[in-house]
Amino acid sequence: MPVLIYTENADGKFKKSTFEAVSYARAIANQNNTSLTAISIGDVEAQELAHLGKYGADKVLNVSGAKLKNFVNQAYASVIADAAKKESADIVVLSNSFSGRGLAPRIAVKLQAGIVDGAVSLPDQSNGKFLVKKTAFSGKAFAVVELTSVNKVISLTPNAYKIVEANTAATIEDFNAETKESDFKAMIKEIVRSTDKVSLPDADIVVSGGRGLKGPENWAMVEELADLLGAALACSKPVSDAGWRPHSEHVGQTGIAVSPNLYIAIGISGAIQHLAGVSSSKVIVVINKDADAPFFKVADYGIIGDAFEVVPKLISAIKEYKASA
Amino acid sequence: MKILVCISNVPDTTTKITFTDNNTQFNTAGVQFILNPYDEIALARAIELTDDGNGSVTVINVGEVSTEPTIRKALAIGATDAVRINAHAHDAWFTAFQIAEYIKANPFDLILTGRESIDYNGSKVAGMLGELLDIPSVSVIKKLNLDGNVATVEREIEGGKEVLTIPLPFVAGCAEGVAEPKIPNMRGIMSARTKPLVVVEAVAVETLSEVISFETPAPRGQVTLIPSTDPAKLVELLHTEAKVI
Ligand SMILES: Cc1cc2nc3c(=O)[nH]c(=O)nc-3n(C[C@H](O)[C@H](O)[C@H](O)COP(=O)(O)OP(=O)(O)OC[C@H]3O[C@@H](n4cnc5c(N)ncnc54)[C@H](O)[C@@H]3O)c2cc1C
Ligand SMILES: Nc1ncnc2c1ncn2[C@@H]1O[C@H](COP(=O)(O)O)[C@@H](O)[C@H]1O
Repeated sequence: MPVLIYTENADGKFKKSTFEAVSYARAIANQNNTSLTAISIGDVEAQELAHLGKYGADKVLNVSGAKLKNFVNQAYASVIADAAKKESADIVVLSNSFSGRGLAPRIAVKLQAGIVDGAVSLPDQSNGKFLVKKTAFSGKAFAVVELTSVNKVISLTPNAYKIVEANTAATIEDFNAETKESDFKAMIKEIVRSTDKVSLPDADIVVSGGRGLKGPENWAMVEELADLLGAALACSKPVSDAGWRPHSEHVGQTGIAVSPNLYIAIGISGAIQHLAGVSSSKVIVVINKDADAPFFKVADYGIIGDAFEVVPKLISAIKEYKASA
Repeated sequence: MKILVCISNVPDTTTKITFTDNNTQFNTAGVQFILNPYDEIALARAIELTDDGNGSVTVINVGEVSTEPTIRKALAIGATDAVRINAHAHDAWFTAFQIAEYIKANPFDLILTGRESIDYNGSKVAGMLGELLDIPSVSVIKKLNLDGNVATVEREIEGGKEVLTIPLPFVAGCAEGVAEPKIPNMRGIMSARTKPLVVVEAVAVETLSEVISFETPAPRGQVTLIPSTDPAKLVELLHTEAKVI
């Protein structure tokens, strides 16, 4: 019974988090001595589909056509569940993206599958059980969940599993999926994508600003720093509550949870609700003028100083580093 | 316009999370439980949408009697009435199944949840409800407006947003932007005591998942402080030591 991986695309291109999920699904297939089937829905060209082999897909089911070009939660869930049934896949993997959060529960109900959302490690099947670790309490802890059902759905936290190249030559097949008319009640009117920016949940590096930056007019230096590092922007809750930055940049317990390789916090005190969403970052840098700011307790590197002096110097230092590299 | 808001009872956001019994049980000693912050947003929007007096807002919770203070809080904020399905909310599947059974017997025009509960962070209940009821569901919305029987919602996507139209009934998971949470006033608090709170027994359902144990993140090492006059040192360490740039 193969493992099925849903490979999400944005405007016809697969995202980094998709390749992470393919690598993860490949490893699960290996654990079970089985093959990996990918399913892609939308307008994705053959050349892009072939990339899925690079990360371990043996077969790619390609679903195209005008009706399914754009994400329709209900219809996509029907297509993926249908593919799982036709392929007799008992494990379905997808990325815990915004769309993944809509799909996973619907697929799980269709397949009567138990579900682990936001998995952070490979299943442990050593004792004849199926145990998967996931984040819980908004990043303050992990929970190990046992799936007791025959069918299983796992959504993978972005940045939690490294991309691994496998170089399988994937065969590509067209797949005709069954959908119902009632799957298409929700209709997309508009998609707005800010293509020039790195998206926060997937970012390797995140530069984040807090109330210490005093006002929205001071974000230019934060943006410059982020651009230099190829980083996504984030902020603390009061910053988005005050309208200095959009809500989509708010990280923490009640915002987006991120786990980048590098998180740089500028003028953020490090309240427990903020830390909840960022503490699984691999490396944390804190810039704060108050030596007693709680954020320093969880930081790897810290600079005690005024952000308005430190950040411009840091920007120059990065420029120099880049010029010499 | 009959709106159902699903509410969960979660540890206060300042809670230090610890476990007992060999890391198999969440330690509730001294923990204050609150209405899930996202559910407050959903509730606030439901109240706004029925402001004209033409409609009602029912809140529903799957939980034991200990969750009633949270349910009363929702009534104090402005819900019309409440339902408690009397059971421990074993997991999202159990919870969604109970709520779906209730809705099948008592239909609603719109069903709102929070984008996720801040304890287990599943974002699962909304999608499961949609599937169990065979109606559309949309997770993580930032705006919700109604025009007759059709809603326009804005949903979050990575690096952008998507605008959708959806006919009623449907399920939506609310996040920031949908509404500002409302604070109960004195009249609300007084009337909450007498508003109807119906207790319904749970139905049996197969369990599909089990939380086996918990782990807390490994503590971080000591912070390396760098003089504010020398950010170049930071860049060097990030490159050579941390290897992240
Ligand atoms: C239910 C609930 C949920 C919450 N959820 C979240 C959440 O998801 N995310 C979140 O972030 N917060 C959340 N909060 C809010 C949280 O408790 C804190 O209030 C918030 O994180 C503080 O934001 P801040 O660090 O930007 O501001 P402050 O706490 O005001 O800190 C500002 C910091 O900037 C420093 N500073 C000032 N001037 C300078 C300067 N010139 N140079 C350098 N440093 C300077 C100060 O020393 C201070 O440490 C939540 C709160 C509640 C009650
Ligand atoms: N025990 C519960 N009773 C009622 N609604 C719940 C319960 N648990 C979760 N929900 C709802 O489902 C949403 C998402 O929860 P979750 O899927 O657990 O992240 C919450 O914001 C609530 O609106």
